Amino acid sequence: MVLKVIRNIRIGIKTLMLHKLRSLLTTLGVVFGVSSVIAMLAVGEGASREALERIRKLGSNIIILSSEKPMEDDAATRETSLMSIYGLLYDDELRIKESIPYVIRTVPVRTMRKEARLGQRSMELRVMGTTPDWFDLVKRPLLAGRLLNIQDMERLAPVCVLTERGARRLLATQNTIGEYIRIGSDSFEVVGILEGDDGTGGTQRLDRDGDVYIPMNTALQRFGERILQRATGALELELVELHQIIVEVESTEKVEIVAEAIHAMLQRFHPREDYRIEVPLALLRQAEETRRTFNIVLGSIAGISLLVGGIGIMNIMLASVTERTREIGIRRAIGAKQRQIIGQFLIETVVLSSLGGLIGLGIGALIPWIITQAAGMPTYITPYSLVLAVGISVSIGVIFGLYPAVRAARLDPITALRHE
Amino acid sequence: MNNGAIIQLEDVHKFYPMGRQGVHALAGVTLDFQPGSFWAVMGASGSGKSTLLNLLGCLDRPTSGRFSLGGKDISLLDDDELSELRLRHLGFIFQSFNLIPQMSLSENIELPLYYQGYHAHESVSRALELAERVGLGDRLDHRPTELSGGQQQRVAIARALANDPDILLADEPTGNLDTETSGQIMSLLTELNQQGKTIIMVTHERDIANHAKHRLHMRDGIIDSIE
Repeated sequence: MVLKVIRNIRIGIKTLMLHKLRSLLTTLGVVFGVSSVIAMLAVGEGASREALERIRKLGSNIIILSSEKPMEDDAATRETSLMSIYGLLYDDELRIKESIPYVIRTVPVRTMRKEARLGQRSMELRVMGTTPDWFDLVKRPLLAGRLLNIQDMERLAPVCVLTERGARRLLATQNTIGEYIRIGSDSFEVVGILEGDDGTGGTQRLDRDGDVYIPMNTALQRFGERILQRATGALELELVELHQIIVEVESTEKVEIVAEAIHAMLQRFHPREDYRIEVPLALLRQAEETRRTFNIVLGSIAGISLLVGGIGIMNIMLASVTERTREIGIRRAIGAKQRQIIGQFLIETVVLSSLGGLIGLGIGALIPWIITQAAGMPTYITPYSLVLAVGISVSIGVIFGLYPAVRAARLDPITALRHE
Repeated sequence: MNNGAIIQLEDVHKFYPMGRQGVHALAGVTLDFQPGSFWAVMGASGSGKSTLLNLLGCLDRPTSGRFSLGGKDISLLDDDELSELRLRHLGFIFQSFNLIPQMSLSENIELPLYYQGYHAHESVSRALELAERVGLGDRLDHRPTELSGGQQQRVAIARALANDPDILLADEPTGNLDTETSGQIMSLLTELNQQGKTIIMVTHERDIANHAKHRLHMRDGIIDSIE
C-alpha cells in the first residue's frame, strides 16, 4: 500500500517534471499563501512570547514608574533656566505607599552613570541608589557576601553590592568581599556580589549586568541630587529626585486598577507628564493586539493567495486534463477504473501544491527573520505552524484538484480515445 | 443457450440520441464469436462497425439486446466491472497506436500490469519478455516518437498482450502503415491467433481482411453478410 503510494507519487513527480516552469509557476500562489501563514503565526507568537517573558522576569504584579524628561522642556525651559527639573518625587513614593490601596511595597531608585575603579582597572557602571526592598523584587541570587540592609541605610554606610560582571572586571576574578572600590570620587566597600544572568534578559529586566547597588541615603549624601551630564554636546544640569519607583501590588488582578489610581494621583501633583507608567501585564494585552493586527493583514494575504493559488492549480490541471484526454482514454481502455484516474490526477495536484507548500515553508521561515532584523520585532516559529502549513498545502491540492480529476475520470473512454 | 461461444450478441441495438431523430448505429445484431476465431469486420463508414467494436471492447453498453462476454451479461455490469473486464480479458490495438508519448516503451507495455497491481520489478521483466516477443527487446528505454509506425504498432500489440487477454480487438491496425509493415503486423496477428487468441479486427481493406478466417460485412447497423 505504502509502496504503491510512493510509486504513484514518483509517477506524478515525473509527469510534472515534463513541464518544470509551468509546474513551478503554478505553485506560486500556494508559496505566498503558506509563507504568509507561517510569518503570521511567527509574528503573533513572537509578540506574545516576548510579553510573557517580560512578565515572567518582571513579575505580573508590579508597576514601574519612571521619570521622563518632558518634550517641551527642551525648547521652552532651556532659555530661562540652565537646569531642567522634572521627574518623580520622594513625596510621590510616600503618597503611593500611604494612600493607594493594595500596594504592598514601593522601591525608590536613583540612577547615575559613574566610573568605578580599583587600582588600574576601571569600568562604567550604572549606580543604583535604592533600598533593601529592591533585592526582594529582583530576586537575583547572591554569589558571595550579603545584600544591603536597613542598617546600611541608617548609617549612610559607604557599601556597595556588585554584579558578577562588574566584580570580574574590577576585582579581577577574585570574589573578594571587603575590597574598596572608587565610584566617582568616593570609596565604597564591596559587601556582596550578585550572580550574573545568562545574557538573555536584555533590556527586559529591571536590573542589568553592569549595575552596582548602594544605599539610597548614601547615594543622596555622596552624589547629591543634581546630575551633571553631557547631552547633545552641551553640558546640562538635571535635577531629578527619583528615577524610578517600583510598586508591588497585592495581586495580579489589582495591578491595572492600582496603575490607574497612581496615574490619577500623579496627575494632580505633576502639571507636566514627566513620568511614565509601565504595567508589564498590559504588555500581554498589547501583544494580543499586535497578534490580531498581523493576523488580519497576513491572514487576508494568506487567504487570497491560497484561493488564487488553488484556482491556478485547478486551471492548470483542467488544461492538463484536456491536453491528456487521449491518454485518459487509453488508460480507461486498458482497464483503469474511474477512481484510479482520479487518484492519478489528484496525486499530481497534491504533489504540485505540496511543492508550493515546501517552498512556502522556506520563504515563510525567512520572513520572520527579516522582520526581526529590519523592524526589531520578536518572532518565533512554532513547530505546529510548520505542520499546519503542510496540512494547508495538501488540502489545497485535494480541494482544487478534485474537480479536474473527477472531470478526467468521467470522460467517455470512446470520445477520449478519438480526441486529437 | 451456451454453445461454447466466447461472445454472444442477441438482437443488439445501439441508439445515439443525436439531432432530431438520433442515430441507430446498431439496429439488431445477432452473432456468436467462437474462442480462437479471427474475424474481420468490414463496411463503409457509418455502417456501425466501430460501434460494434466499442461494444465488444466493453467501452460502451448496448441500448437494448443481450451481449454476453465469457458468459457474463454486460448490460448488468457497472463502470468498475466493465473496467475490470477490459483489464483482465481484453486487449486493444488501435489505428493510431495510442501509445502514451511521455512514457517509455517499457512503461507503456507495463501500463495494464500497473493497473493489475503488479510490483514494479515483475512488470519490468514481463515487459521485456513481451517486447522481445514482438522483436523490440532492445528499445525499451526509447520514447514512442523515436520509433517508426510499424515499431510503434508492435509495442501497442505487446501492451495489448501484457494482461494475456482472451480477446484482441484491433481497430484498423494497419491503417497508418505501408504495405510491407502491414504485412508484418498481420503475420504477427495471425501468429497470435494460431496461439489461441480470439481476434476481432475492423478494417476496410480487402487484402487485410483476407488474413482473417471470417469476414463480417456491416451495412446501416445490421449484418449484411458473413463469409
